[in-house]
Amino acid sequence: MNNLFDALVQFGPDLVKATLDTLLMVSATMVSAALIGTPLGVLLFTSGSGGLYPRPLLNRVVGYIVNVLRSFPFIILLVILIPFSRLVVGTSIGPKAAAVALSFAVIPFFARLVEQNLRDVPRGIIDMAQACGASTRTTIVKVLLAEAMPALVGSFTVTATGFIAYSAVAGAVGAGGLGDLAIRYGYYRFETSVMVWCVVIMFVLVQGTQIAGGWLARKIDKR
Amino acid sequence: MIELSQVSKRFQAGGKVIDAVLPTDLTIRSGEVYGLLGFSGAGKSTLLRLINRLEEPSGGSVRIDGQEMVGLTGDALRQARQRMGMIFQQFNLLSHRSALRNVEFSLEVAGVPASRRRARAREAMAAVGLSDREQSYPAQLSGGQRQRVAIARALATSPTILLCDEATSALDPHTALSILRLLQQLNRERGMTIVIVTHDIKVANYLCQHCVVLERGRVVDRIDMAAPQPQSLLGKFFFETAKGWTDQTVLPQEET
Repeated sequence: MNNLFDALVQFGPDLVKATLDTLLMVSATMVSAALIGTPLGVLLFTSGSGGLYPRPLLNRVVGYIVNVLRSFPFIILLVILIPFSRLVVGTSIGPKAAAVALSFAVIPFFARLVEQNLRDVPRGIIDMAQACGASTRTTIVKVLLAEAMPALVGSFTVTATGFIAYSAVAGAVGAGGLGDLAIRYGYYRFETSVMVWCVVIMFVLVQGTQIAGGWLARKIDKR
Repeated sequence: MIELSQVSKRFQAGGKVIDAVLPTDLTIRSGEVYGLLGFSGAGKSTLLRLINRLEEPSGGSVRIDGQEMVGLTGDALRQARQRMGMIFQQFNLLSHRSALRNVEFSLEVAGVPASRRRARAREAMAAVGLSDREQSYPAQLSGGQRQRVAIARALATSPTILLCDEATSALDPHTALSILRLLQQLNRERGMTIVIVTHDIKVANYLCQHCVVLERGRVVDRIDMAAPQPQSLLGKFFFETAKGWTDQTVLPQEET
């Protein structure tokens, strides 16, 4: 036990910085998921057969791109994206660079979840909107996304918790963050106490995200 | 007036061709309640959905008060649809909106300014007898109340035509009758043209002035409900079963 508290004093600043780095990486990643993954999921759904606006060729092309991105082992995606990260955020190392790679991983993943959530909206609701004379845009925003919102919040929460853990892998490109700290100190340098603290903090982050997401989803779910 | 001439719908799925509606002529006069009667899979819902083009016709023409629906696109199609209300078996209310806000949906779509929406939605809720449930969410309402909200949503934009797709099939007989009474009242007081799809002869008997009986995408009988004289086996079956089922009731499918 003493070891644990000694470690807290000795590595406190490192732990704080690592926590902030993790939060930065995951926040940036989830902003990408929301801003790019959501519209991509809508596109996958609406352009699919039986969608609002079937475009089989477009659907297939986007589907392939999404699947290709999802097939990459994350560590390889990280390395491939080094030049791109340099272009976008001006650096190929650190949390910002890792956020670029994490975004590439999260966008296709979240898009598929969004697609599935929209698929689960009863078909009759779409018929109703069409029968009222709603435009495609209105149907997507006020009907599809609005009806799927509790499920979307759930998907977003699951994705966020998953990517808190995932961000640890980004330590491989010197991303920093809790996972990185746990590996460098805890694993390579046998500072088990540091590793324990990292895992504890990550647990708090995951748990907090899950509780907040669950609460929000329940609050907006009127079914 | 709704005039369908030689309208048809063919589905193609995985090399299989299904004629859901064979070329059909149908004239529904303004202010009339018209029934589309048939078993499941007869094509009656598809025929109804051809009227507001929820289904794209494979051929023929659909004219609403003289306006050709086939070929309309974009805003023109949306405006034509806004002149028709529609209700469904499963009500299709938005679960995330209160009853009043569900009614407001059709007004939003029709471009009614926000300042007037609330009042018009309230009027429609009052017309279906649900003024006290404006703030309830669909999940908090009974089936009959949900269908009333759906009717209010269809009414709010003051359409001249109401399309009903098995509107009472998911309701118990008592609730179904109360919904049918409401529809009848709308027809009598507002002169609303109502087209109702049903497999229940009681619905047709109670509400309709004219009926067609559909079987496998084809109209097999046209019946004037004031003096019903069904010609087809299926038409006779429907009127026979109106008296109740007996051991002697002949199932028309067995004969064909």
